[in-house]
Amino acid sequence: MTLAHFLAVNPPYWVETLTKIGIGLVAVLLPTGALVYLFLFKMMSFMQSRLGPMEAGPYGQLQLLAEFGKFLQKEDIFPSKADRFVFAAAPFVVLVSTFMLVLVLPAGPDTHFIDLNTGIYFAMAVSSISVIGILMAGWGSASKYSLLGGIRAAGQLIAYELPLVLSVVGVVIMAGTLNMKGIVAAQADFGVWFIIPQFLGFLIFLVAIQAELTQPPFDMPVAESELVTGYLTEYSGIRFLLFFIGEFATAAVFSAIGATLFLGGWTIPFVDANAEIMDYIGPLVLAGKMILIAFLIFWFRITYPRFREDQLQRLAWKFLIPLSLFNIVVTAIFKVVF
Amino acid sequence: MSDFLRSYLTVGIFGLLAVVLVSALLGISSLLRPTRPQAQKYINYESGVDPVGSGWGQSNIRYYIFALLFVMFDVEAVFIFPWATRLEAYGTFGLVEMAIFIFILLLGLVYAWRKGVLRWL
Repeated sequence: MTLAHFLAVNPPYWVETLTKIGIGLVAVLLPTGALVYLFLFKMMSFMQSRLGPMEAGPYGQLQLLAEFGKFLQKEDIFPSKADRFVFAAAPFVVLVSTFMLVLVLPAGPDTHFIDLNTGIYFAMAVSSISVIGILMAGWGSASKYSLLGGIRAAGQLIAYELPLVLSVVGVVIMAGTLNMKGIVAAQADFGVWFIIPQFLGFLIFLVAIQAELTQPPFDMPVAESELVTGYLTEYSGIRFLLFFIGEFATAAVFSAIGATLFLGGWTIPFVDANAEIMDYIGPLVLAGKMILIAFLIFWFRITYPRFREDQLQRLAWKFLIPLSLFNIVVTAIFKVVF
Repeated sequence: MSDFLRSYLTVGIFGLLAVVLVSALLGISSLLRPTRPQAQKYINYESGVDPVGSGWGQSNIRYYIFALLFVMFDVEAVFIFPWATRLEAYGTFGLVEMAIFIFILLLGLVYAWRKGVLRWL
């Protein structure tokens, strides 16, 4: 329990939960801001031979605040034909999914929000709630672009859900548990991080999260050149910003989940994973590894052009799913034989 | 209340937190933003021309077929998880069992493939 550990007191449940809410808000919003500024504003600009935001604050560091202020002041527009309830409820559903997802991340031997026995399974389950939110946004807008975008998004997210879940099975076989801390402990016991024995699984996981996050080259649901902005077409101002936060917060959380599954979570080589000190530097180590995986996601995002819809479905069903089943069988054989 | 249930209570509270955060942002925004209604603003965007017909049109049947396929495979993926956690205890028996299961799963995929379901027209 987080608070009990740091303050050496045993607080009642509500105090602990309030602390967790505070930390949870930081854990969702801070990495989101970091990813957007570091990768989307700055790295993308440098990779495209431009400077990016430079005016707001030193080196454009306050650009995020400026954007936030701008979005807050925009007029709230509901299309007159829209299904008002569904249209308004969609951002809620997306954000609920993100906030539940962040809960499973462990950041130290005793630093965690909740310690579920079914940690990674729970994460996979709640991450798919956002599909409903996106489909609601697409349907509720009553616009042709939105409907196409929403349906494309649903088709894409469910197609890549399977390789994502199946690539995680390889890690679960290696670790023998679904608990996130158990998986980290198993990597410490195993000697090397699971990225080495599960390299194929890691690659499938990377491609699958790229598609789950609808980042280019898998951004057909929001394809600007075909669908304006897909399911986001009719959203403006703060409602658009909420979807934006949801998208990049989920990118951060998925990167952190990838870091936990394949890069050893909060552990560092040659340091005892259960040492007292890990409770303090563990969150920083996890953040560092999260940034590393997020870098890969954004690097692919900036490098590759968009797929076509048929290429996307072909890649998922004819390549990634058989490949991840193959990965499961090979991992299982190695686990039983050796 | 047991720790197990408390964990899930925390999940519920975080879900509520998201709802509160979204409502708070919408609330702050409603204090700051202007409201100048004009009928033209509320027309659906359709590349700048007046929208034709209803926004809720028909879409490709392919999406529905892929969704059906997904339900099948996702349910089967659920069955793989408990096996994966207990593989060490089951040993060779578990391995052979799951090899048969995955073979049948692949057979389903190959069948769909041969039927041309996976082809995007």
